[in-house]
Parts: sequence; C-alpha cells; structure tokens
Amino acid sequence: MIIIRIATAAVLALALAQPAQAKTLRWASQGDALTLDPHSQNEGPTTSMGQHIYDSLIQRDPTLKKVPNLAVSWKAIAPDTWEFKLRAGVKFSDGTPFTADDVVFSFQRALAPSSDFKTYIASIKEVKAIDPLTVHIVTNGPNPILPDQVTSIMIMSKAWAEKHNVTKPQSYKDKEETFAVRNAMGTGPFVLKQRDPDVKTVLARNPGYWGKDQFKDYPDEIVYTPIKEPATRVAALLSGQLDFVLDAPLQDVGRIKAAAGLKTLETAQVRSIFFGLDVGSPELKYGSVKGKNPFADRRVREAMNLAIDANAIRQKVMRGFSAPAGLINSPGVHGFTKELDARAPTDLAKAKKLMADAGYATGFEVALDCPNDRYNNDEAICQAVVGMLAQVGIKVKLESRSKTLHFPKLQKKDSSFYLLGWGVPTLDSHYVLSFLLQTSGPKTGTWNFTGYSDAKLDALTEAMLKEVDAAKRDAMIAEAWKIAKADSPYLPLHHQLIVWSMSDKVEIPIFPNDSPNFKYAKMK
Amino acid sequence: MLSFVVSRLLQSAAVMLSVAFVCFALFNFAGDPVVNMVGQEATPAERAELREQLGLDDSVPVQFVRFVGNAVRGEFGRSYRLARPVSALIFERMPATLELVLCAALLALSVGIPLGVLTALRRGAASTGAVMTLSLVGVAMPTFVVGILLIYFFSVECRNWLPAIGLGADLCFPSFGRGDTLSVGAWKSGLLTASGLKALVLPAITLSLFQMTLVLRLVRSQMLEVLRTDYVKFARARGLTDRAVHFRHALRNTMLPVITVIGIQIGGLIAFSIITETVFQWPGMGQLFVQSVQFADVPVMAAYLVMVSAIFVVVNFAVDLLYAAIDPRLRVDTARAGGGH
Repeated sequence: MIIIRIATAAVLALALAQPAQAKTLRWASQGDALTLDPHSQNEGPTTSMGQHIYDSLIQRDPTLKKVPNLAVSWKAIAPDTWEFKLRAGVKFSDGTPFTADDVVFSFQRALAPSSDFKTYIASIKEVKAIDPLTVHIVTNGPNPILPDQVTSIMIMSKAWAEKHNVTKPQSYKDKEETFAVRNAMGTGPFVLKQRDPDVKTVLARNPGYWGKDQFKDYPDEIVYTPIKEPATRVAALLSGQLDFVLDAPLQDVGRIKAAAGLKTLETAQVRSIFFGLDVGSPELKYGSVKGKNPFADRRVREAMNLAIDANAIRQKVMRGFSAPAGLINSPGVHGFTKELDARAPTDLAKAKKLMADAGYATGFEVALDCPNDRYNNDEAICQAVVGMLAQVGIKVKLESRSKTLHFPKLQKKDSSFYLLGWGVPTLDSHYVLSFLLQTSGPKTGTWNFTGYSDAKLDALTEAMLKEVDAAKRDAMIAEAWKIAKADSPYLPLHHQLIVWSMSDKVEIPIFPNDSPNFKYAKMK
Repeated sequence: MLSFVVSRLLQSAAVMLSVAFVCFALFNFAGDPVVNMVGQEATPAERAELREQLGLDDSVPVQFVRFVGNAVRGEFGRSYRLARPVSALIFERMPATLELVLCAALLALSVGIPLGVLTALRRGAASTGAVMTLSLVGVAMPTFVVGILLIYFFSVECRNWLPAIGLGADLCFPSFGRGDTLSVGAWKSGLLTASGLKALVLPAITLSLFQMTLVLRLVRSQMLEVLRTDYVKFARARGLTDRAVHFRHALRNTMLPVITVIGIQIGGLIAFSIITETVFQWPGMGQLFVQSVQFADVPVMAAYLVMVSAIFVVVNFAVDLLYAAIDPRLRVDTARAGGGH
C-alpha cells in the first residue's frame, strides 16, 4: 500500500512540477555538435546548436537576409573600417551586461591560432571598442563582405571566459577539455540546461532574452537527440517521440508526407553538386590516354556535360529532391542568375560528334573518385553517371570512398575526375570563385584540384574582394562567372534540396542553409 | 594451478597486444581525421600543421609504440571528434553497454536453457517443433533486421493496433534512447527508472535473440546426448524421480560445453551490441565506436578495441577457471599437475 501511495505522490509531484503550458520541442538529426565552444569548430551541427545560446552581431533570417542581432546597425565609415552600433540593455544569461568589450574579446578569440574561424575572418586587422555600444572593425584593405562574414562569429562574455579560463578556443594540443566544451553562456534565446554529448542536449528558454518581445512564441524547451540510424529517426518521428527531424532519408519523405499528423518543408539548399576534371595535367593520372589529357580539350568536357542527364538523376536517384544546375554556384548566393544556371539539354548525338571531333571517337578510360557518406545519395549519383558517360564511349571506373579518404585524396591533387559539393556560408560569389576557381596556391584556390588557372579570372576575383562600389563589383562577378562557365573545368550537376520533416504541431520557417533556428519556431 | 594461471595470463597479454597492433594498422585505412577537424576554409598549411601536431605523419609502428606506451600508463589521449579524454568517454558509455549486455545475457539464459531442456525432454511434441522452427529464424535473422522489425511493430505500428485491442498507446515501447537514468556514483543506471526499464526491453530482446536461440539449440542437443548415457539409465533404474534425473544429473553434465559457448558469447554480445546500439541509438560504447570510425577518430577506436579484446580475454580466462569449479575431473588434474613434485 505504502508503495502505491509513494508512487502516487511522486507522479503528482512530477505533474505539478511541470508548468501548465510548458512546450517542449524534441528533435533529431544524425550528428551531434562537436563542441559548444563557439569558435572551435566551423561545422554545420556545431554552429547550428551554438546559435541558440550565443548571438552574433548580425544574423541570417529564414530567407538568409542579414538582420540586426547584437548589432542594431552597421555601415562602412572608411574604405577599410566598418562601424557597428550595438544593442543597448542586453544582458548575458548570468545577468552581466553585454558591452563592446565582449565584442572585441570575442573577435580576438575567433582570430586565435586554435580558432576554426580564423581563415574565415582573416581580413580583420583590428577590432576597437569606441564606446560601450560602438565597435569599429578595421580590415586589411576594403572588405565589402565583412558583414556577411560577421554573421558566423558568436559573441561570448569576456568576464565568463576569463573566470573559466577559456579565453582561447579549445585546441587539440590541450591535454584536457576546456570548460567551454560542455558549458555555454551567452545572450541568445536559450540557455543550456543539460549537455550529454552524443546522447542528449536540453536547451531552456532564456528568461532574460533581449528579443523576447519580438520572438514571443518560441518553445520553452528544446530537447535534441542525435540519432545516427536514418530508419530509427523516421520511426521515432512516426511514433510521435520526436517533433522534428532535420534529415529524413529522401526515400522516406513520401511516407512521412502520407502519415497523419506529419508534414514536410522543402527548399533549395545553398549547396551545389558537381564534377571536377583535371584539366591542368599533361596526362591524366588515372586515365587510359597516354601523352595527352583528354579533359584539357573543351570539346570533351562539353560532350560529357551533354551526356550527363541531370533530369534523369533528379527523378531516379534524388527522388525529385534536386534542381538540375548549369553553374557550380547556388541559388541565393550573390551573383547567381537563372541565365547562368540554365543547363543545355542532354544530346547524345551531339556529344558523340564532339568526342569524334576531339579525336576520341573510340572513347577512353578514366577513374572517378566519389564520396559515399557526404552528400545526398552521392554514390548513387556517381553510379548513374558511369552509365551515362559510357554512352559516349567514356569508360568510367568508379571508386567510392568515405569522406575521410575522399577529401585527403583530393587535397593531394591525386584525382583525375571527382565529385564535390560546395556550400556558401557568406552567400557571396567570391567565396566560390576564390576557393574553387582561382589558381591553386597556399592561400587561394585551396579547393581547386582541377589545375585550372586563368589570369583574368584570378584578377577579377582579387579585385571583387576589395571593390566597394556595388555596381562595379556585380559586373566583376558576372564576368568571372562567364569565364568560368565558358572554360568549364567543372561539370555542374544539381543543387541539393533540403527536406525538413515535422509534426503538424510545429511551425518553423525552413532555412536554406539547413540550420534551423528555433527562436522562429512555434509549438501548437 | 598457479603456473596454469600465469601461463594463461601471459597468453592473454600476447593476444591483446597482437590484436591491438593489427587493428591499429587497419586504422590507417579509416582515413584522415583532419578533414573533419577543421572547416573547409582551412589552408593546406594549417592542415599540415594540425596533422603534425597529432603525430599523424609518423609511421604506423611509431604511432603504435606511442599508443601502447601511453595506454600502459592509462593515457589514451583525446578524442579527435569530441576533444575530450578518451578514457572519460569510454567510462561514461560503459554502463549503458554493460546494462544492455547483462540484460540480454540473462534473457538469453533464462529463456534458452529451460526451453532447451524442455524441447529435449518432449521430443516430437508439436510445441517442440514450433519452438525449434522459430529458433531457426532467430539464428538466421540479422540483428539489424530484428531491431528494425521490433521498432516497427512495437513502437510505430502499435499506436494503431494497441488501441484496437483496447489498450492505451502509451504502452508502446520507445524506438530510441535509454529513457531516464539515475546516477549511482559515477554509474548512470537506466535500471532504476520506469522509462529506463521500458527503453531497455526492445534493445535487450534484439541483442539476446541470436544468443538465446544458440543456447536453446545447444542445450537441447547436449541434453539429448546426455539422456542416452548409461548413468542416466542407472539413475532411472534406481527409481529417482524424473526431476532429479533431468535436472540434477543430466543438466549438470550438459552445462560444461554450454558454459564455454556462453563465455565466448558474452564477448560476442558486447561486439554485437554495436549493431543493436546503432539501431536503437543506445548511448553505449558500440555507438561511440561507430561514430568514431566515421570520423577516423583513432584514439577512441584504438582504446575501444583494446578494451573489447581485454573483455574477451578476461571472460575466456574466467571460463577456464569455471571449468575447474564445475567439472571435478579437471580440478583433480590441475591439482595433480600443480603439486606433482
């Protein structure tokens, strides 16, 4: 009897402890944040988690437009200086006020050698506090896209960091983990309630959040569980144990849509998938043609482009979740146009003729390097392309590997033909041009493994970095893309679409950067 | 006896070392962790610097010697993925795996042994045929499929069929996770809360099914053999009750090979738990290992494999000692061998 009484009391106590209207959103995706340190890892799930606890000066809204966050306004006051006016009356969740000193501190921290963001904001020379609510960022020469770059830099409390001895981002050289790896304290909409890496993370509404008048309805609590196995993620959503799944497998989307009480949202992701060709080597390392490089011949590249049927891949491999592309730049990125993105229709007869004209009527052999755990259905895409290229005589030997083997192989420039995807966090064409098309060197073209080099394009890419006149800069970007498209060292395939699956109870706008911000969410 | 123990211990150490070396050499094919450790903006120089800091440019033997040297001092380094000490990570995950394995093992034994005995005693009965057929399914079906099917029927579809038979849908089992846990010292236990126990049911069944059917079939075949022996016939002739004959005389002699197999299988349960843990998002060591493999997190992979081989070795060692306890003939032999001069 007494046991029953205790149990009843415990159940009642639990029921009473819950606030009457507490709304909890339970969600999952395949991987957990690697750390809560906001400057240590520039990686999707990590920054996605961090933005709920820490704020940046400028934030991306659901359309990826820059909106004021901790900064209320920003403008260039000199060619190399940006001024940021900070929000007044903001407090960190421990009650201490937020000031310009915290901004200066955070940028210095993000520029430290152990930061994973240092290359990203390398143009910054100095960050100065002018008064408690004004900050000047001085760059090495003009930098028109600094505000875009600033959206990725989270602001920490200087006092908190000093108190817990985390004034530098955690480094792999350290013997022990730092306090900031599993603890976090910022000005954001949520505070950290529980952190169990790889198991469970609970965020609770920050009662002192500065934006609570603007964002009234967001959930009281967010429970995140990483679930590796896609089938388990879907099962948990179908059985009502989750309210939101970020990355349901594409083949299950139809089933989720058909289930009662569930819905999906879709949008184009800022990530394009394409093939890279070694156009620079005198002879293909992994090809059958000796003494010359077939990929150096523009006609061969055009023939391959005509032979790859992106629409068929969209229908058969991607189950409709891709947008065939004519450009390696994604929709939503500054400098992207529909005209550039237009794709020539598949034309096998013309492709065969081009191959014959180039002297490869009998075709040739080449190895294709493909990741099998990085992009949506990456290996299946490559398998489809093998068949398509065979129709014009190119015998492709497919070599699929894990991303931990694929990317190092590319970085050693040890590939003749490879699949790659590219996302654009700054949403500016310069990011794509400088990493993928500029001549490969220690600082530029670090992901250009094609051997492609064009002096005109290099000059334009350098110039657009410093051009502050918007019209002139846009003209440079357009010209650079024209050159890149004509020279075609890459074969564009498609832009990925993202699908978020959720319960009907959840209302949230979909973010094209695949990073949900739950302060925009609402639970019915 | 002492020399026997010492020689077994030395053998065990050699086994562990060679297992560790083979695994360590294989890690070179897992890929380059640096890809995952820095953002895509990192320059080649920064990548090279990090690789050098981590000692990844050294040859495999050099890395292995360094690893063994550190491991002997209990220092497994830091995870590349989570930047936390590996030993802390593994000890945090160990309770989840051990509780799951323990429950699965108990389930396998408590169902497998009685069913094995009963099917041996009731040869030819319809129920025996049914059990034996079902046990074939258990042996043949991959763990992965069992887990997904259990999730499908008892946590997704049951929301439809439970209310249909007049029960609440809240009786459905969770499809992932460990439920609520209570900390007893450093040990996070899921055995002390209702949701923890509920969460344990499907994973424990999934993990135990193969072992259960294996035990069942083994006990049955051993029992059938023992029941044909002379001493069982004599026992019957002496007028002993069926119960005494079957359970005191026959079963005891059946258990010897069964214990060997069970001992090896407990190591197997820990290894098999990798799949079960992945399917049920069970936060144990197996899941940690799978995540580490995908990240090429060599320190965690190495520590995990050393630990699993240690468990295998310890279990086998314990089985050897148990033999002596169960079979008096072995005890006499070893005693003689130990005190012969």
